[in-house]
Amino acid sequence: MRRLIAFCLLLLPALSPARADPVTSFALDNGMDVVVIEDHRAPVVTHMVWYRVGAADEPPGASGIAHFLEHLMFKGTETREPGEFSSIVARNGGTDNAFTSYDYTAYFQRIAADRLGLVMELEADRMVNLALREEDVRTERDVILEERNQRVENNPSGLFREQVSAAQYLNHPYRVPIIGWRHEITELDRDAALDFYTTHMTPNNAILVVAGDTTPEEVRTLAEEHYGALPANPDLPPRTRPQEPPQLAERRLTLRDARVSQPYVARSYLAPERDSGAQDKAAALTLLAGLLGSGQTSVLNEALQFESQIAVQTGAWYSGMSLDDTTFNLFVVPAAGVTLQDAEDALDEALAEFLETGPDPDHLARIKSQLRAQEIYDRDDAAGEARRYGRALTQGLSVADVQAWPDILQSTTAEEITAAAREVFDRRRAVTGWLMSPEVTQ
Amino acid sequence: MIRLALALLLCLATLPARAAIEIEEVTTPGGLSAWLVEDHSIPFVALEIRFRGGAALDPADRRGVTNLMTGLLEEGAGDLDARGFSRATETLAARFGYSAGDDTVSVSAQMLTENRAESVDLLRDSLIAPRFDPDAIERVRGQVLSGLRSDRTDPRAIAGREARALIYDDHPYATDSAGTPESVAAITRADIVDAHAAALARDRVHISAVGDITPDELAALLDRLLGELPETGAPLPGEADLDMPGGTKVVSFETPQSVALFAQPGIDRDDPDFLTAYVLNHILGGGGFESRLMSEVREKRGLTYGVYSYLAEKDAADLWMGSVSSANDRIGEAIEVIRAEWTRMREEGVSAEELADAKTYLTGAFPLRFDGNAQIASITAGMQMDGLSPDYVTKRNDMVEAITLEEINRVARERLDPGRLTFVVVGTPDGVTDSIN
Repeated sequence: MRRLIAFCLLLLPALSPARADPVTSFALDNGMDVVVIEDHRAPVVTHMVWYRVGAADEPPGASGIAHFLEHLMFKGTETREPGEFSSIVARNGGTDNAFTSYDYTAYFQRIAADRLGLVMELEADRMVNLALREEDVRTERDVILEERNQRVENNPSGLFREQVSAAQYLNHPYRVPIIGWRHEITELDRDAALDFYTTHMTPNNAILVVAGDTTPEEVRTLAEEHYGALPANPDLPPRTRPQEPPQLAERRLTLRDARVSQPYVARSYLAPERDSGAQDKAAALTLLAGLLGSGQTSVLNEALQFESQIAVQTGAWYSGMSLDDTTFNLFVVPAAGVTLQDAEDALDEALAEFLETGPDPDHLARIKSQLRAQEIYDRDDAAGEARRYGRALTQGLSVADVQAWPDILQSTTAEEITAAAREVFDRRRAVTGWLMSPEVTQ
Repeated sequence: MIRLALALLLCLATLPARAAIEIEEVTTPGGLSAWLVEDHSIPFVALEIRFRGGAALDPADRRGVTNLMTGLLEEGAGDLDARGFSRATETLAARFGYSAGDDTVSVSAQMLTENRAESVDLLRDSLIAPRFDPDAIERVRGQVLSGLRSDRTDPRAIAGREARALIYDDHPYATDSAGTPESVAAITRADIVDAHAAALARDRVHISAVGDITPDELAALLDRLLGELPETGAPLPGEADLDMPGGTKVVSFETPQSVALFAQPGIDRDDPDFLTAYVLNHILGGGGFESRLMSEVREKRGLTYGVYSYLAEKDAADLWMGSVSSANDRIGEAIEVIRAEWTRMREEGVSAEELADAKTYLTGAFPLRFDGNAQIASITAGMQMDGLSPDYVTKRNDMVEAITLEEINRVARERLDPGRLTFVVVGTPDGVTDSIN
């Protein structure tokens, strides 16, 4: 049995391009970047438009506006009714959706390869012609409050993660939840959405990613036809956010909620992200997360589940793709009868021992062979590759950085991993959180 | 994300039918049969193995034993203990997944061509010669109990548990497939060994393989992998008696948003009206903004982030189910709207335009799903479990196209049953009265 609770989607972060699948990139004259990933196994394409804007680019006090706008982008244009975008895609046998993160907002459709031009036309239309009715904005705000209820208010782990992030970042907007604080969501309105739209949803702030049964030539022709004529925004603001000051004091928090039946302890450390041309430290941290928390024989599992019976689940993850400082995360779900203090102590003991001894060479070799194999398995999922490039290009990396990443991982040494661990595992830059029920006394 | 992905709710009727794949039926010298989609473009093969039976085989006082047994398959096998097995799997970079549901034990494997023989040996040991070491049993039992503990105060899990208990009475489906804290605590190693013999047998296995392998290679692989499984397993449980009295059951739980599940009797996969009902459900609440429930409850009124309905076709029970979540002061209105839409669709049927739109979506979305070796293996194994033949892949879209307005509206009248549409609501809903307790 591998995992009980979905603390994160992937223990090993998404890693590499499939080298055997050709990847082409170019730019349109208006500044829109284009990436094409060919996969001719099925007559399907994934068409994505990524914008270099996310929740961390919101004006202060308007948290949630990036995500709210994502919803409103389905509410019609000057020539299309609310919902018509999705119904046209559906009538053509396609599916569509969108998502918002701190550093990006993305819209995508999966559809038969011969309908690529159609979805480009639809997407180009809403990039410039969004038309919002006041009543639709109000109704959709209620939908978003229910979304927040479902993801966060009804879920103590969701509330807990918000509190940990807010404590982790002293100054950077990553401290604010992507969906927004409830009291600010209720104040979001049509004007705020349109301001955000006009400023950020422009071709020179966008990346088109097409994966599947197509060619770079076809994509270029269609993209020039549908996106090429759209005007760039010459006043696109530079992407600068408030950065973190030196973090000098450890933070600790406890969230008690009657809906918690299985308590756990989580630790989050501020950590460097992948930067263009400088991915070495992030590669070491990626391997560190694999060693500590991925698979049955991870360092934490060995110590807390096999050598002792402190935990029923442990984990470590690190996502290097981030525009600004990211985090390295650890958690321990204690076995029945084990206190959170004992679980945390055991975690710290295991980390201390790892910093002493460094990675076991066989273990590191196994992690690396899995990463090599992942390049093969990843080729089975062209849409996954499209997401990888979209994330990279909206978070400050280039196509070349993505393609260099697998080799950087393979060439990372045990010494580099230990050095990165020593640097990052500094409690002054960490948050330790306990999630527990009110009646449990520790 | 503007709406939650629905992958889990999609049933087999959505599967592509005119996809560019060719299914070859392979019979091994040892007498096993499998479906193969050969594709040598990426050097790995995806295997999907499904054993019919699953947690429904659990003895009444040992609920959860099939789930616990399945969780232990990768925790030590042959000469290797749990850690040894894990290290060997990691070294080969093979990917093995084991899971148990109400009706099925599923084994998914992805193996690189370069070390396939060694990977098969490892997978074989986990299926044929799992060790069920006492320390592994206690470790995994602890994990299962932890999950059950988490579910105790999770509104969605509570709703699922209460709905099962209400609908299925004393059938195995009445408890979660992971069991209860009491039943899991009582499971012995001997129970686990019995559950293994009951669930993993040749008389109930369906196999799909997709990727870099030839028919002869696959035949040899399967005889090696599964040849030593016992011929027969435990008998399958009988049909469940369904209790869906209509009305609403309220389970009081302090949380801001009420979670509601709803159900009425469904329709069997073998029923000639199944596909028509499937299309009908697509229009009613099958996902996407276009469905009536999504349009009325979310788009027009903003009462929820998501509302869905689906045909839950289990081996021993057929349900038409759905779910919605709304703030405690709004769930009452959401339930009223859903009931009204259920009745309206039964009485007025669907329009010609709605039917046409559903057909173009369902037939067009069809080749999109044949995307990736692992995905195709899962789809084609599911087809076998549903008793479909390989040519369903080519015939299915024509069957959808052939559905007439008259037919779908007859099915709406005959099958939608607002009187038996039963809601289970978990939360502190305003103005929703309990009519069942």
